[in-house]
Amino acid sequence: MTTTAAPLTGSVHSFDVSTGVDGPGTRFVAFLAGCPLRCQYCHSPDTWYQRNGEPTTVDELVTQIRRYERFIKVAGGGVTLSGGEPLQQPGFVRSVLARCKELGLHTALDTSGFYGDRADDALLDSVDLVLLDIKSGNEDTYREVTGTGRLEPTIRFAQRLAERGIPIWVRFVLVPGLTDDPANVDAVADIVAGVPSVERVEVLPFHRLGAAKYAALGLDFPLADTEPPGAELLDRVRGQFRARGLAVY
Amino acid sequence: MVREHKDAWRGFTGTTWRDTIDVGGFIHDNVTPYTGDAAFLTGPTPRTGRLWRELQRMFVEERKRGIYDVDTHTPSTITAHVPGYIDRSHELIVGLQTSAPLRRAIMPAGGLRMVEAGLKAYGYALDPAVHAIYSRYRKTHNDGVFDAYPADVLAARRSHIITGLPDAYGRGRIIGDYRRVALYGVDHLIAERRERKATLDDRLSSEDVIRDREELAEQIRALDELKTMAAAYGSDISGPATTGREAIQWLYFAYLGATKEQNGAAMSLGRTSTFVDIFLQRDLDEGTLTESAAQELIDDFVIKLRIIRFLRTPEYDQLFSGDPTWVTEAIGGTGADGRPLVTRSSFRYLQTLYNLGPAPEPNLTVLWSPALPEGFKKFCAQVSIDTSSIQYENDDLIRPDYSDDTAIACCVSAMRVGKDMQFFGARANLAKTLLYAINGGRDEITGDRIAPASPPVTGDVLDYDEVLTAFDRTLDWLAETYVDALNVIHYMHDKYAYERLEMALHDYPVHRFLATGIAGLSVAADSLSAIKYAQVKALRDTSGLVVDYAVDGDFPTFGNNDDRADAIAVDLVERFMAKIGRQPAYRDAEPSLSVLTITSNVVYGKHTGNTPDGRRTGEPFAPGANPMNGRDRHGLVAAALSVAKLPYRCARDGISLTTTVTPDGLGHSRDERIANLAGVLDGYTDAGGFHLNVNVLDRATLEDAMAHPEKYPQLTIRVSGYAVNFVRLTREQQHDVISRTFHGSL
Repeated sequence: MTTTAAPLTGSVHSFDVSTGVDGPGTRFVAFLAGCPLRCQYCHSPDTWYQRNGEPTTVDELVTQIRRYERFIKVAGGGVTLSGGEPLQQPGFVRSVLARCKELGLHTALDTSGFYGDRADDALLDSVDLVLLDIKSGNEDTYREVTGTGRLEPTIRFAQRLAERGIPIWVRFVLVPGLTDDPANVDAVADIVAGVPSVERVEVLPFHRLGAAKYAALGLDFPLADTEPPGAELLDRVRGQFRARGLAVY
Repeated sequence: MVREHKDAWRGFTGTTWRDTIDVGGFIHDNVTPYTGDAAFLTGPTPRTGRLWRELQRMFVEERKRGIYDVDTHTPSTITAHVPGYIDRSHELIVGLQTSAPLRRAIMPAGGLRMVEAGLKAYGYALDPAVHAIYSRYRKTHNDGVFDAYPADVLAARRSHIITGLPDAYGRGRIIGDYRRVALYGVDHLIAERRERKATLDDRLSSEDVIRDREELAEQIRALDELKTMAAAYGSDISGPATTGREAIQWLYFAYLGATKEQNGAAMSLGRTSTFVDIFLQRDLDEGTLTESAAQELIDDFVIKLRIIRFLRTPEYDQLFSGDPTWVTEAIGGTGADGRPLVTRSSFRYLQTLYNLGPAPEPNLTVLWSPALPEGFKKFCAQVSIDTSSIQYENDDLIRPDYSDDTAIACCVSAMRVGKDMQFFGARANLAKTLLYAINGGRDEITGDRIAPASPPVTGDVLDYDEVLTAFDRTLDWLAETYVDALNVIHYMHDKYAYERLEMALHDYPVHRFLATGIAGLSVAADSLSAIKYAQVKALRDTSGLVVDYAVDGDFPTFGNNDDRADAIAVDLVERFMAKIGRQPAYRDAEPSLSVLTITSNVVYGKHTGNTPDGRRTGEPFAPGANPMNGRDRHGLVAAALSVAKLPYRCARDGISLTTTVTPDGLGHSRDERIANLAGVLDGYTDAGGFHLNVNVLDRATLEDAMAHPEKYPQLTIRVSGYAVNFVRLTREQQHDVISRTFHGSL
């Protein structure tokens, strides 16, 4: 049910229809503009500010989604709201997800959880899956990675999701020299192991494919000289999660 | 004519196929659909492994030298060459095109020039006696065509607005129903042809009737020769096959005969897996065959299909790279009664890609429907992910328009097996036609007048309506000139290089298509979109010729599921098909249209100047119906949905989409990737998409293969309707493939 009286507008950077990347199956992925964090490895600096996006009404985005509704239903998949940080626009997210549920589509929210408190219960009622970025296992590294954020809201959000029985796919970006410290990884893994609704952990190897976007924006890419992790390091880190009985990809 | 073959037909049910030649009916009455998974399949036997390794050693030499060997003395016929073997005592299915494996044949009836140029390119010379015969005593198809081409066709051909015409070699794309030889035996087929011919005795000898009588006489002669050829290999194929091995052997003899007689641009096999399965299943039920032995027969058959070779020229390679033969085999699909036509042998054919490794030939084509058994869908998706060697076509579109016994000619052209044939027509360049329209009929590169003079588009900023009106007029000229060329070509091909054996394995009379095609659809659509939605300034040289364009502003592009651009592409297809349909066609063929380029998109682009969409002169077009490289910004699904909007009813010769995904772009785990790819195929088919080539590859793999080709002898990729060994593409085409959109996650 839509409760919005006036047309609710969000800022949408772009959308993509992808498979097996942001949640199960083939999905319409809307990237919302605006994010409070400034992660060093961010591959989409063009989504940091809400002004980077196109003002889009709920109806407009849902119309766009409906162009793929049939395909998604036949192929298996759903809709993912990503960003930026979608929870920076909780009202818009709530409305869009509610409309997706009315259409019978599986929904996923791709978030850092930093603004988890902004997701009210009504919003979470329309979420089938959360893709939760846990950027670090301790506050110091979290701050180093994100520049602006804190870890604690993410943990709180994860626990709230677990209480509501909402499945979580945790994502951890592995950056050599930044997030790869064994103690940091252990700490992330401990947090994850304590959240019962986590279904899987995706260890995402850092890449530099976003570097061109920094150049285009006239920004320095902080990790321009950092190499992507090698297979050995990836194995070690995945092993640390597996050791806690987690399904790791 | 009814003859009961008690031993050969033991255990088979049904009657209609006994009274008339009706292989589809036989399959319908005797198929054992298989709805399970791939667990029953077996690996290669040591014999298969040895035989294949022996050939692989020869492939290395062949790649190095271009061709392995060629018989420069013997114009090929069904019986011209003595029997050849790879390893006589260890082959289960026998027969080679010439007296030795990979030794190519010459077929001068299509065109002497093609033979001589092909030989010269690889350091050989034609036997002077053969040269004398085909220049002094015997005219070729190629000679005939150039005697009869009108001047405007010659000009259009020279300017490359029409390219790839089969006017110098075999037209191909004809699929004999080779299964008939296995099911009925040759004597039965000869008797049937004689009856058909006798029905013409009552008719007055008009030109059409004379031609039909002569063709039927030639068909009977070819069937006799086929028996002679098989006898030389020790097989009497006058009667039907009595076992699974014989069924495959008889079928292969028939196909082999066709490849000895014709170097057609595409020599499809048809739809044989489920037919063969009926014979193999009977042997299995009778306890005379094991699963491993059944697989071994199919492996041996596929080895033979993998070494079909034709002598081509380097110019031909530029158009259709990688030495393709298009031994296309249609697998799967659903019966008209709703039962799947998937059998264990459908799986066994696909299994050859594991037992022998990935390969471009035979061109394995799955007729896909969301209704296919899950086990088969998963196995297909798995094979795609592992080998990138199969293509998919929409069975739910094909079946109602044709029949449930339909195969694919070449890449995407549906033909009812033994009932339809086509006059192959290559393709016309739509993007270049748009430039001609803007320039009042002059070529944008040479400045020569090619199309009839018309007022060029005036003004600095191009006006959409003015351009579209001029374009429409130029398309009228193109359609007329193009069909005119095809009528000449096919008249002469029938006259000088008639496919005697392939046509003997069709019904009489046969239904004919005139198969035209277009290249540059996405370039033309995006160019019109730019003119309509942005500001496009025409930049003229001193002679007033528009040679470049300055685009100001954004415009929607084809491939983003955006109706503004997609509607333009849809309109172009409908518009051009309507114009083609108005032309008189040779032998009353039914006109059809394809949106397919194979690898010729590179050559078409090379000969096309700057276009209003911002594409630079010489830059390759997108292949087939693909969006232009990099302009599909929302991923594979959005691109696929744009292509799915192109109306199949106006492009019944097929609409081709080639896509490359990285493994990560399909999911994290193997099971996930398999399920997701099967889901995408379901979604695309459901949306009305016709054809999909799926490559699952990393860009890094291809780059490494360019640098170290010796490491990747079997790396196979799908390119617009067929598959090639990547290392056998020209360097230019390799770059084109790599620069194409990889759909993967960032």
